[in-house]
Amino acid sequence: MNQIPLEHILFVSTALFFIGVYGFFTRKNMIMMLMSVELILNSVNINFITFNKYLFPDKLNGVFFSIFIIVIAAAEAAVAIAIIINLYRSHNSIDVDDTNEMKY
Amino acid sequence: MSIPSVIFYMISAMILICGYLSVTTRKIFRAAIYLLFCLIGIAALFFFLENDFIAAVQIVVYVGGIVVLIIFSIFLTHKSGEEMPMASLKKEVAALAAVVSGFILVFYLIHTNTFIMDSNEKVAPTVNNIGTQMLSTDKFGYVLPFEVVSMLLLAAMIGAIVIAIKVKPKQ
Amino acid sequence: MLEGKVISLIILLPLISFLILGFFGRRYFKTFSGIVGTTSIFASALLSLITAYQYFFVVGQVNGVYQKIIALKYTWLQFTPNISIDLGIILDPISVMMIVVVTFISLMVHVYSLGYMKGEDRFSVYYSFLSLFTFSMLGLVLACNIFQIYIFWELVGVSSFLLIGFYYDKPSAVAASKKAFIVTRFADLGFLIGILILSFNAETLDFETLIQRLTSPESNFLKGIVASSFLGFSALSWGLVLVFMGGAGKSAMFPLHIWLPDAMEGPTPVSALIHAATMVVAGVYLVARLFPIYALSCPGALHVVAYVGIFSSLFAAIIACTQTDIKRVLAFSTMSQIGFMMFALGVSSYGGENGLGYMASMFHLFTHAMFKALLFLGAGAVIHYVHSNEIKDMGGLRKFMPITHLTFLIACLAIAGIPPFAGFFSKEEILSAAFQSNPVIFYLAIATAGITAFYMFRLYFSIFWNKEAHLHGEHHGEGSGTMLLPLVILGVCSIVAGFVPFGKFVSSDGAELHTEMHLTFSIAPVLIALGGIFLAMSFYKNANEKANNISVALKGIYTYAYNKFYFDEIYLFITKKLIFNLIGRPAAWFDKNIVDGFINLLATLTQEISDTIKGMQSGRVQNYAIYFFFGIIGFVILFIFLLK
Repeated sequence: MNQIPLEHILFVSTALFFIGVYGFFTRKNMIMMLMSVELILNSVNINFITFNKYLFPDKLNGVFFSIFIIVIAAAEAAVAIAIIINLYRSHNSIDVDDTNEMKY
Repeated sequence: MSIPSVIFYMISAMILICGYLSVTTRKIFRAAIYLLFCLIGIAALFFFLENDFIAAVQIVVYVGGIVVLIIFSIFLTHKSGEEMPMASLKKEVAALAAVVSGFILVFYLIHTNTFIMDSNEKVAPTVNNIGTQMLSTDKFGYVLPFEVVSMLLLAAMIGAIVIAIKVKPKQ
Repeated sequence: MLEGKVISLIILLPLISFLILGFFGRRYFKTFSGIVGTTSIFASALLSLITAYQYFFVVGQVNGVYQKIIALKYTWLQFTPNISIDLGIILDPISVMMIVVVTFISLMVHVYSLGYMKGEDRFSVYYSFLSLFTFSMLGLVLACNIFQIYIFWELVGVSSFLLIGFYYDKPSAVAASKKAFIVTRFADLGFLIGILILSFNAETLDFETLIQRLTSPESNFLKGIVASSFLGFSALSWGLVLVFMGGAGKSAMFPLHIWLPDAMEGPTPVSALIHAATMVVAGVYLVARLFPIYALSCPGALHVVAYVGIFSSLFAAIIACTQTDIKRVLAFSTMSQIGFMMFALGVSSYGGENGLGYMASMFHLFTHAMFKALLFLGAGAVIHYVHSNEIKDMGGLRKFMPITHLTFLIACLAIAGIPPFAGFFSKEEILSAAFQSNPVIFYLAIATAGITAFYMFRLYFSIFWNKEAHLHGEHHGEGSGTMLLPLVILGVCSIVAGFVPFGKFVSSDGAELHTEMHLTFSIAPVLIALGGIFLAMSFYKNANEKANNISVALKGIYTYAYNKFYFDEIYLFITKKLIFNLIGRPAAWFDKNIVDGFINLLATLTQEISDTIKGMQSGRVQNYAIYFFFGIIGFVILFIFLLK
């Protein structure tokens, strides 16, 4: 519905984006970091759909972008889980602070 | 206060509150569930914005796929009942400062920008239109990215298997 | 015929010998290095004699005056268009005389050392140092530029340091070499300041120009330098007195004399060469070189020279009466004789008959070199024989060392001023010059001459007569031919050198100075000298108690004189208690804590910063993400808001 001003929806998506960023910075658990990344990607999705509906109603580019983002997010989540499981096997912990071999 | 506004605010409240709880709760399983509700809220938002296809894809892929995957991995690697430790105060303050400053910056930009509304004829994002355009080779056709993404999915699938495979010790 | 390049060979041959022996001597030449060194000095001596002959007889006088010839000059360092450091060779009567003296004595010492230093492990090193010294001394004497003389002055100091400390495993030798170097270096500070004052005001460093500008009455430079004054004395006085300070240090005049007795720690031939005949007269030579300025423009400075000279002379003579180490007696005797040369210059004036003191001083330098070197070499032979420096270990040696005995006696008679030996003539000229200008100095000088005769013959009788010494160690003969030959040659020279008509060749203004023998005048000093000799004979010829009784009777004075009037202790007190504690320690504290501390602070600061930056590479992804995010925000702000 066009009664909702564009900025309100953009507020939602921005807030969600930064909640995801906060979660990414703060969480120690790798799976939690992955969940925060999903939040970020979803906020971008909201952005695309909203702009598509409000600013470019005659095109479908935003929809396609969202589709591709969802696809890629799924692939990325799968690979990330595989890496986390691998790391869990070698370090026996999924604390991200334990993976600091590349320090000075 | 029309009903659409009320519904919109309720949906957005759900999204934001669940998102916030997801990143700040101490128990990991609860965090996964909060994420689930957040994603459902986003799907509801898509429904609200009259984009049924994306909403459906969201529920099927994200909620039914990715969150389930996450929950499985939690079971595989973590004792899901335990509490997670809190981050150090220094990191929290730094992260908070970063996030708040970023939010203010972006919202300022959004607020001061005038969005030019295009008023052409609308094209409804039905499955028919999406499918036709995605597989067409015209000017706005997306068949190439479609093929590339399918390759990417194949690669991701194989990669995930290779990374996570257990190497059997040679007898 | 006086080619600059040929004359420069005189200086360069010893330098080449130094380099060859220094680099290759130890490995390739070993004992042959003595021959190498001696040959190069022999060539130098020959060239010096030829040059002297050429200068005095072939080129001769022009208008009755010996000219100063600049044989070689090239500009080395140009400071301003007027002032430059040149390196060159000047030939005038005193420099030609000096090169003859230096090369001849050096040759004698080289030959003597072939026998004396035989069996020494560092034989080639010794000869290389001797060559270095000869090179430096010749460069000093032939310098045409006051800065060149300063350069070679320092070189001579370095050679002296190396040679005094030759036996470097003896702590006393090391301490003595350090002391000599530091005291002369301190004096050279005055010398340098004097050079700067004089050259700044006269705007030149060249000797001829300097003398000409500071002595001609209508010269603007002279008026300027006399007009500017500091603490009541003109700049010219300060300059000349400071230059004399440098000369006093090198010539061991009071109060910078403390290094000379200790310098006897070096090998005896070294003492003969450096501390008797050549290096210690460098101060006298310097004053003689600048004599016109002293005499014509600043007689006050000349009075300083005279009084320092006579005081040192008397002072050293008194101390020498009590010393028991043969080399120390000779050291104080040297100081006393150089005092004679200094005050002879001090009482002289410039030109004609008034320049008698100048001529007498140079004459005494000439004869003193001969008999003092002879005394030291003879003492070396005695020390070699009895293996000890103390008088009480010697006695009755005339039976065992006849040639040494004879030559030593000749030298003692020469130094006492008994005719017809060399010292008589030169001392007589000095005394008559003193009588003509300053009677007080004359009477003090006569007294000193008497004391000189006394202590020299005390030494002579104690060594060669008296009771027989108990000789420990093997008894070997008197010494090899190489040790005896120089003694004989120098003995002959001590006899005939007095007959050279010196005034014909060397005088204050270059013209011939005719001197006469005043018979009445000469009798008094000879009588006093004979009196001293007989006194010494009665005390020391046969073992008796008379000397002991007198020393007990004059106990206070005797103790003071025996301890060299405690000057070493006074200087040590001044340096240790005053200078070290008041100046040295605070300066060291400042340097260590503040200067070093500042640098350490910088280093610590850098390390702290680097540690902090290092901590950023923590290996934690989230930290990297935070930094990344801040960076992005920064860039966004930069591009959107600041760079429109």
